[in-house]
Amino acid sequence: MNGFQSYDRSPTALGTLVRSGAVYVILAVISAGFLLPLAWMLSVSLQDVRGVFAQPFAWIPPQPRWENYSDVATLIPLGRYLLNTVVVTGLVLLGTVLSCSLVAYGFSRIRFRGRTVLFALCLSTMMLPGQVTMIPLYVMFSRLGWVDTLWPLIIPSFFGSPFYIFLLRQFFLTIPREYDEAARLDGAGRFRVYWSIILPLARPALITVALFTFIGTWNDFFTPLIYINSPEHATLTLGLNMLKSQIVGTGMTQWHLLMAAACMVMLPNIVLFTLAQKYLVKGIAMGGLR
Amino acid sequence: MIGGSMTFRRSLGGYAFIAPWLVGFLIFTAGPMIASLVISLHSWSMLSSPIWVGFENYQSIITEDPLFLTSLWNTGFYVLFSVPLCIAAGLALAMLLHNRLPGMGFFRTMLFLPSIMNIVAASVLWLWIFNPEFGLLNTFLRWLGVQGPLWLQSETWAKPSLVIMSLWGIGGTTIIFLAALQGIPQELHEAAALDGAGPARRFFHITIPMISPAIFFSSIMGVIGSFQVFAQAFVMTGAAQPGSEGGPNNATLFLVLYLYKKAFQEFRMGYASALAWILFFIILVFTLLQTRLSKDRVYYEAGE
Repeated sequence: MNGFQSYDRSPTALGTLVRSGAVYVILAVISAGFLLPLAWMLSVSLQDVRGVFAQPFAWIPPQPRWENYSDVATLIPLGRYLLNTVVVTGLVLLGTVLSCSLVAYGFSRIRFRGRTVLFALCLSTMMLPGQVTMIPLYVMFSRLGWVDTLWPLIIPSFFGSPFYIFLLRQFFLTIPREYDEAARLDGAGRFRVYWSIILPLARPALITVALFTFIGTWNDFFTPLIYINSPEHATLTLGLNMLKSQIVGTGMTQWHLLMAAACMVMLPNIVLFTLAQKYLVKGIAMGGLR
Repeated sequence: MIGGSMTFRRSLGGYAFIAPWLVGFLIFTAGPMIASLVISLHSWSMLSSPIWVGFENYQSIITEDPLFLTSLWNTGFYVLFSVPLCIAAGLALAMLLHNRLPGMGFFRTMLFLPSIMNIVAASVLWLWIFNPEFGLLNTFLRWLGVQGPLWLQSETWAKPSLVIMSLWGIGGTTIIFLAALQGIPQELHEAAALDGAGPARRFFHITIPMISPAIFFSSIMGVIGSFQVFAQAFVMTGAAQPGSEGGPNNATLFLVLYLYKKAFQEFRMGYASALAWILFFIILVFTLLQTRLSKDRVYYEAGE
């Protein structure tokens, strides 16, 4: 409690009241500023063409056009994009959680030769900008014939990701070793300890990793932009950019449809955020406070 | 002898568990890094066979490519304004949220929400917000009696527009600072207050040193991330035809955008790889510089 709270010896009741009032007013104004763009986006998405360009703009459209949302599907293969995104996100989630937890278990529970060096190496790759490896990876995937397929978006996730490995390792270190030892005495192998003891106990950390992975994959733009050319393999994020080019680039004026599409792409983030904010906040704080 | 084989078996077990990362490191990081270095010494369009050119790509980037200098300046501008602004604003917000008052959780939620948004959806939204005539921003400015600029269509305002947009995403930084503030023992502030230290003194002598690791972390991450700014510029400044991204008049041509265009629009893979290594080098220098500068200024509690 050291924000703008007073620690002075005799804060008057009035002073405290004024200070709290000021905090509320400032926060309310800033929060409104943060949310206004989203509210405006929703409003534009329910206008007709004339409403979009009306001066003054009617924040609450007199006749909200919900059919804008279904009209988007006539411009782009929305269902296809959604299916691709769900497939990619689902497999990336599986790959990331499995591989990162396995690796984190190895780094946190087993003492082996070269562990310290390898873990430092793993952490140091976090600093490497993806652009350095981007071109050889593109060449490699194109030699495999995987350009314009979903594979380049999925396969790398099965080989661990340094930040999540680090996050999970830190969590595994807080689980008492006595649990492992008891299970080992009962004859359980290492994999069994990992699977039946560590994983269930690490549920909160696994959920955090899964959430970050979900958001990262769902929002990813760069990877699909590089690898996917045809609409039938596009993800929602890439498809939204294609729609944007179609509408803005050709001087069309259907901003209401573009906003409806953007709203649909943002919706999963908002739902997930509402349901799991606690885990997201914890994960971010954990990452920042090492 | 038995002990030796036990250690060996345990090592084998360890390597089995970290195998996914180790294999991935070789295939997706170490191998491509070497390949990238080799490609950067060639002229290669991926269609014909590569031609060895030595350090020519690096040389022409640094000495005779005006667009590289433009993109370097643009990126530097973005990093220089976006990172400090986001850190200062994030810290201010965290201090506001760090009051024991009801409803703070609600405000935290509202401020955090935009930071996890889809970058393309956010870019589409902000593209319309920055519309000079019908956009939210200039509508608001007109309401205040100010004639707003052309934002993304203006060479002067295009970069500041993207800096403004980056402030919308400070929720994550705010959360990190808030967690750090909550980790400061209350007694420190109380003791200092008893000794007669005012709010400003306590801020600079207790709050800042105690959260310095979080500030350090956020600024490193901020610099690394901002040097790689791409999607906003690509989506918001590009029209339908490829090649138009980075406008107006290359005012938003950032390093990674330039690199992307060289690689995937012009297919100059050698040149683009050399650009990638220069980008890596710049980020590395900045990270080391930040680490060096903050060495005596970041306070870590004993025992860690």
